[in-house]
Amino acid sequence: MRLSGWGRFPVADCNVLRPRTQSDLLAALAKTTANAPAIARGLGRSYGDSALNTHATVSMTAFAHMLSFDAQRGLLVAESGVTLADVISVFLPRGWFVSVTPGTKFVTLGGAIAADVHGKNHHKDGSFGGCVEWIDVVGRDGVIRRCSRAENADLFAWTLGGMGLTGVILRAAIRLRRVESGWLRQRSIPAPNLAAAMSAFEDNAESTYSVAWIDCLASGANLGRSIVLLGEHALADELDVARRPAPFVTPARRALITPFDAPGWALNQWTVGAFNALYWLKGSRGGRETLVDWDSYFYPLDSIHQWNRIYGKRGFAQFQCVLPLAASRTGLEELLAVISASGHGSFLAVLKRMGAQDSRFSFPMEGYTLALDFPAHPKALALMERLDAITLAHGGRFYLAKDSRLSRAIFEMSDPRVADFRAMRSEHGLDQTFTSIQSERLGL
Amino acid sequence: MGLAIAHRFAKEGFDVQLAARRPEDLERARADLEVRYNVTVTLHAFDALAFHAHEAFVASLPKLPYVAVCVVGLLGDQRTNETDLEAAVGVMRANFEGPATILGVIANAFEVRRAGTIIGVSSVAGDRGRATNYVYGSAKAGFTAFLSGLRNRLAKTGVHVMTVKPGFVATRMTEGMKLPPALTATPEAAADRIFAAYEKGANVIYTKPIWRLVMGVIGSIPEGIFKKLKI
Repeated sequence: MRLSGWGRFPVADCNVLRPRTQSDLLAALAKTTANAPAIARGLGRSYGDSALNTHATVSMTAFAHMLSFDAQRGLLVAESGVTLADVISVFLPRGWFVSVTPGTKFVTLGGAIAADVHGKNHHKDGSFGGCVEWIDVVGRDGVIRRCSRAENADLFAWTLGGMGLTGVILRAAIRLRRVESGWLRQRSIPAPNLAAAMSAFEDNAESTYSVAWIDCLASGANLGRSIVLLGEHALADELDVARRPAPFVTPARRALITPFDAPGWALNQWTVGAFNALYWLKGSRGGRETLVDWDSYFYPLDSIHQWNRIYGKRGFAQFQCVLPLAASRTGLEELLAVISASGHGSFLAVLKRMGAQDSRFSFPMEGYTLALDFPAHPKALALMERLDAITLAHGGRFYLAKDSRLSRAIFEMSDPRVADFRAMRSEHGLDQTFTSIQSERLGL
Repeated sequence: MGLAIAHRFAKEGFDVQLAARRPEDLERARADLEVRYNVTVTLHAFDALAFHAHEAFVASLPKLPYVAVCVVGLLGDQRTNETDLEAAVGVMRANFEGPATILGVIANAFEVRRAGTIIGVSSVAGDRGRATNYVYGSAKAGFTAFLSGLRNRLAKTGVHVMTVKPGFVATRMTEGMKLPPALTATPEAAADRIFAAYEKGANVIYTKPIWRLVMGVIGSIPEGIFKKLKI
């Protein structure tokens, strides 16, 4: 079956297995060999080749059962194919929200754990792993290992952010967050340049959520101009009187669909430039606080189904790096200067301050992360290689859930943890059983 | 599809009893329904073919349900069924004898209570026998006729009988088959239609409305022509 990640690049012919029961899954895993390893896949929202394996891509979507919920502690036990969308639809009406969420709700718990995703609250609450109490992981031997900070702690630590390369995540216990409503108070701060954007983040470190849309085509004095968006879960008595009786009810969003692949020229420096200029104009008025429903706030793109088609048939590649705090300012300036000079702007450029995180193989570190997407054509790919070099020079690293094209040499230089990850894989024979096209490309 | 229907009713606050040959396989489905909808779900061992045990089975339920949904069925392989009579009889019993006998027993209990709804999931394949699946189709035709008769018998007792005729539904039964998307429903969409029809008190429904038209056309072809067609 022809399969790709969300970026639709690269595409590979993969043998897809769809186990329905635990015994189906164990039987499939027992058949993995050095010549025919496997990788688990959820909803395929990683952008590149993290969840592709030509021999055996194991779709976990049938493992979508919720198993128990402890309403005292907000602890949900569920199979790994349960999606964040599912969790929200069941528990928001009871006053609970997911503790950490990426920019789409169409991800599985297994995927969120394997990529150890982060959200707009990373600076306060850390990555997804922080809300995971335990996981059940299974390998070729068919033994289901309960892993937590106390039990099988090594396997637990390696599996958070381990990109599915430590085994298949079967079940997880995650803590939810108490909320009083389905609404968020959003405040936007226009920042005319990078320095202003960064101080907006630093000045608002107490804000639960913060993220910036950044105009990566702006240059000169405007370099790095951004709209920094802050958010808080609204309390019930902060809603309009009319909404207070049903604080979790939000209007249904109209779903749009991208019905066909846009032609390759549709996104160019003029259309993106015009979009960015308009967005800036709208946002630069800023200041005022508005109430936004949870779906529009956290998942603005989810209402446009298959938005990944706007880049046309060739697909697109995401670039996301994080730079250590001390090097962030100069590093970001260099990255933005190169991007704006190239004219290959991106609609979806996002800047975010990350908090401190100490984990075995997860992406985040304290500093600033920049994410952008580019059409997968040779010029943009060449530009991304220049961005790789700048990231490397400033001690930054790369987000594997977004990656589809990083070179092994750059990757190794960017992350001293790679050697330990490899050693762990080889010690447990995991390099013989679990691989993805990405792990092969990067020599994991 | 049975589970999708269970989800749809549980979403409305119905407690659910799930009956199957191996109830232990339904344990995670049970937990899932309870966690998602805050309802009580129980599992019960049940063999549709063991008709001698049907009355005891119904009597053993913790509570006589208000809605009974039968999704018992077995597609089988038509070519095999043409020569392997054991297989053919298995298909006939699983699609007609089993479903009809259990619903008959439940109907009697509902009739005594003078309330309840019986939902029998039959198939469009029962509307007209075709070369490609007539063993399955004929059993479904029998079941459709049984439901029609049961509805007629119980019409004045407060017990309602609804016949559901799914066309293609993307389930385990049809996994791996090439299905025309315009004629294929997801189990969730089929369950939505079944629940809406239950609320309306419909008698016979197709899970995708287009099937009423398709089967109307197929049904109206004269036999002299029909017998030569490959459909």
